Amino acid sequence: MKRIDPFLPILGVVALIAVWQFAVWNNIVDPVLLPSPATSAKALWAGMGGALGFDFIQTVRRTVASIAIASVIAIPLGIFLGSSERLYRSVEFIIDFFRSTPASAMFPLFLVLFGVGDKTKISVAAFGAMLVILFNVAYGVMNARKTRLLAAKVMGASRLQVLSGVMLLESLPQTFVGLRNGVSLALVVIVVAEMFIGSQDGLGHSVFEAQQLFDMPRMYAAIFAAGALGYGLNLMFLLIERRFVHWAGK
Amino acid sequence: MNAGAVSSLALRTDSVAAPVAAESARPHITIRGLSKRFDKAVIYDRFDFDIPRGKLISVFGPNGCGKSTLINMVAGLIPPDEGQILFDGMLLNEIKFGYVFQNYREALFPWLRAFDNIAYPLKMMNVPKRERSARVEKLVAHLGVKLDLNRYPYEMSGGQQQLVSIMRALVVEPEVLFLDEPFSALDYEMTLFMRDQLQRIFMETKTTTVLVSHDLEEAVYLADYVLLLSRHPARVSDFVAFDAERPRSDATLSELDFVRVKAHCLDVFQREVRKA
Repeated sequence: MKRIDPFLPILGVVALIAVWQFAVWNNIVDPVLLPSPATSAKALWAGMGGALGFDFIQTVRRTVASIAIASVIAIPLGIFLGSSERLYRSVEFIIDFFRSTPASAMFPLFLVLFGVGDKTKISVAAFGAMLVILFNVAYGVMNARKTRLLAAKVMGASRLQVLSGVMLLESLPQTFVGLRNGVSLALVVIVVAEMFIGSQDGLGHSVFEAQQLFDMPRMYAAIFAAGALGYGLNLMFLLIERRFVHWAGK
Repeated sequence: MNAGAVSSLALRTDSVAAPVAAESARPHITIRGLSKRFDKAVIYDRFDFDIPRGKLISVFGPNGCGKSTLINMVAGLIPPDEGQILFDGMLLNEIKFGYVFQNYREALFPWLRAFDNIAYPLKMMNVPKRERSARVEKLVAHLGVKLDLNRYPYEMSGGQQQLVSIMRALVVEPEVLFLDEPFSALDYEMTLFMRDQLQRIFMETKTTTVLVSHDLEEAVYLADYVLLLSRHPARVSDFVAFDAERPRSDATLSELDFVRVKAHCLDVFQREVRKA
């Protein structure tokens, strides 16, 4: 029985496809609304080699750009704010308030600022992701083991060396939690923006357009592509984390 | 020596100033007028003490009397409210010293391999990389430590991690070594092993060592002198010499001299505890 353990995750996928196929064969759902798994897979395969593939890359590009901007701002700022608990407490409310504000509510404001285009999509996503990363980095720094900081100090580390050599590394596990949450949020914002904010491409646009044209196999294909992207990004960060923050949780 | 020290007739309670040898006659560390309070509790009130050179001093006393506070102030981890601590007339930042924390898990850097953990203080002293490696290698060979230093601390047992901590403190060739209850987080078997490791290191290096312990057997077993503190505000209850030959072993624990010194320390300790 133990031999099938590695295949357990596939079991659920097989079951889902089986139920889907069963529903199609027995006409439980209108075939126009629910094409067969094979039809959808074909649309996905064909799409990724053409228009859908292009949209996929556009969404990746925007998400990566937004998370890069968010990281560049949030990580140094988080370390700075987190290094003084009193400093962080004085801005905590602002961070928590805007962190709790749905990023999508910021679209109109950013549209005014940046107009209709990539800039708005990327900056709203970056804004949302930034706060999530900032909050996690700051907490990572604030929860740095006091003994470790003291040990570095006792061994003659300067303030800057403690900050860059100890605090930064101490906060890394929590920083990665922030990055993973941030990238998920950024993807959500980007896809929504691609649907409604005058977009010509991207996965959000693809899903929306397919639905407008009632091209259901293509719509499902775009949804799966978006899912794969989200899962892939998360997995990528997990692998990077395991490689570079090998000590997390140990 | 401190005026508060109690002399015992049954035991030779050395005065620090006593000429043990010409070289070590001058105290290594002089503590003068040390005062410290936490909120309302006065932990130290104009505390004076001399720590002799090249000896291993165990600090023992009732809970919360300020054992750790003492070495933390001497090692500069906590600033004293008042007073002066000099090392051969020099300030702390003019000398090299090592400090071993009780909590090795939180004191080592998990992102560095054991080897780089040990080399870390040298890096902070701007020693070039090649020389850092050479000095760590030298220390390892000198101590005869059989450890895979390419592993990360979390891949090691508690005792091995604490051994790495001690080596990290020793690599700078410190003039003074401070240890704050270094073995209290280890199981008994490992504690026994580590005691002998520390004793061996001390015999090899003859570094002035200040060890805080909450285990009287350990305090006496390892010590040249046991510094017994009173309840806070801490005073010197007694400063007891134990001069059994090194290396000491399990047999030492049942020797008459050891039993007498330990009984005397316990007696002083109990008197202090009952005073409350």
